[in-house]
Amino acid sequence: MLVRRTLSGLAVVVGVVTLMFFLLRLAPGDPARLLVGPAATPEQVEAQRRALGLDRPPAVQYAAWLGRFVQGDWGTSIATGRPVRGMLATAWPATIRLVGLSLLLSYALGIGLGALQATRGGRLDTALSVVSVALFAMPGYWLGLMLVMLFTYRLGVLPAFGAAGFDADYLTGWDVVADRLRHLALPLATLTLIGVGGTARYVRGAMLDVAGAPFVAIARAKGLSPARVALQHVLRNALIPVLTLLGLSLPALFSGAVFIEAIFAWPGVGRVLVEGVVARDYPVVMAATAVSAVLVVLGNLLAEALVSWADPRVRDGGGSATPGTGA
Amino acid sequence: MGGWHRLWRDPRAVFGLAVLGLSVLAALLAPYLAGDPIVQRDIVATRFLPPLSSDLHGSFHLLGTDRFGRDVWARLVYGARVSLGVGVLAVSVSVVIGVLVGAVAGFWRGWPGVVLLGLTDFALALPRVVLLLLLASLWQPSAGLVIVVLGLTGWMTIARLVHGEVRALSVRPYVESAIGLGAPGLRVLLRHIIPNALTPVIVAAALGLGNAIMLEAGLSFLGLGVQPPTPSWGNLIASGRDTLVNAPWVAAAPGVALVLVVIGATLLGDAVRDRLDPALAGRG
Repeated sequence: MLVRRTLSGLAVVVGVVTLMFFLLRLAPGDPARLLVGPAATPEQVEAQRRALGLDRPPAVQYAAWLGRFVQGDWGTSIATGRPVRGMLATAWPATIRLVGLSLLLSYALGIGLGALQATRGGRLDTALSVVSVALFAMPGYWLGLMLVMLFTYRLGVLPAFGAAGFDADYLTGWDVVADRLRHLALPLATLTLIGVGGTARYVRGAMLDVAGAPFVAIARAKGLSPARVALQHVLRNALIPVLTLLGLSLPALFSGAVFIEAIFAWPGVGRVLVEGVVARDYPVVMAATAVSAVLVVLGNLLAEALVSWADPRVRDGGGSATPGTGA
Repeated sequence: MGGWHRLWRDPRAVFGLAVLGLSVLAALLAPYLAGDPIVQRDIVATRFLPPLSSDLHGSFHLLGTDRFGRDVWARLVYGARVSLGVGVLAVSVSVVIGVLVGAVAGFWRGWPGVVLLGLTDFALALPRVVLLLLLASLWQPSAGLVIVVLGLTGWMTIARLVHGEVRALSVRPYVESAIGLGAPGLRVLLRHIIPNALTPVIVAAALGLGNAIMLEAGLSFLGLGVQPPTPSWGNLIASGRDTLVNAPWVAAAPGVALVLVVIGATLLGDAVRDRLDPALAGRG
């Protein structure tokens, strides 16, 4: 099972990378011409094309590129001249830090809110439903700007850019931690808030679905306390589709992170990708695409492992509890 | 399937229809509701006016002006034309592709079904924003490109829904009797199955509309979508980003409009879904 999923994950990564490679070749514009500049003679362009291997058939170019990529030779950035691998080696831990923390926080908060709504009902439920749909509908980059306006420009308490202050090299001890946390606060809050709404909506629905099941009626009839029924019987079973949603929502979360990183100048994969795209920096775009595809696929595998751990029916190879999502 | 009139008693549906209806109306009537969104006369005298103020020439600015003295309300209303138009067209592209793929995969379950379902699963696993960024960067950014790109990356959920519906419908007695009477497969699919499989598509399309509008704004915000001076809600938010300190309303107004429209589409989708599935009535 795990082997099969890993193989299909690998197929997705290879598929994404292949698709990107040929899309790049399809697109108008010649990287060789970009490199040599507008004043170059046709002979110079031709020489550059040969140097980049662009004169060979696309399939041959693709095989050569893939071979080098797998061996760790990711080329150099056209825009900055830095090795692409170095750029991404510093970028991916920053993305994992931001996305991982926000995933934990938004699921903890979302599950809490959704469970509260499903068990309490009434006015509180209505009020929280309005809040969660509003958060769900909010574009991350806009929420981020509004938070920056409030906390950076109005209150002046939190920094809006980067992962560390300019004086970070001179700080010691707890000051380093405090500096890091202050820089993490706004991007993390933005990414978490836009995730909470969707999770809460989903958890609430899943709990209300489960609450009608016969085994819940039995648990109640046995005389278990309402809190125990809600937690041990309803929430636990409602979490199975929620875990599946986690896997399915990872690409969306990563997408959100791309915008958030661009806004807050967070030094992650998303920012490398956006800057590479804007600068038409093809080696950077290819590598960032590959890395983000790998991150998403790994996240999906993790979520599936969690689901099979939580649901014996899936673990034993039965049907999966895949919910439909609009992610 | 009856009871559409009861939709009017659902406050979510009423809110959603009202917001979407008013936005569409404002977009259509833009020339009558606002002045010119691009040309400005007297930059120094009219720039950075706060909301609800009048300039020296006596023009009233409901939502203030931006750094070029352009009326934010006018740009918002004209931006609605672009943002809503792009959203609706992109979702239409997704719906057409999704219904085609889902219907074919659900009806001809041999190799066409296997191939199309595999394609759908693969496309679902693609990081959508990465693909959007790449496609938008490769070709000259424009509204048309955004429509095509959003449409091509948004059809998978619809294909899955339609696939499930078509599979369930194609074993119904009325379909089997149509086939038994000698109706050709394509005719059965087009006349008897697809019309009955379309209702959940409405829900998915409503949710997809909100998503598409948000993504269009995101692309335009990054400078990879609709290009200024043509106003779209995304590039309006982007232009307000540089003036957050002295003119926060420039970025706030289009964001609020965007959030309201996406909430409207989401709530309408929720309400229709509950209407279609009585077992879920009362939640959402």
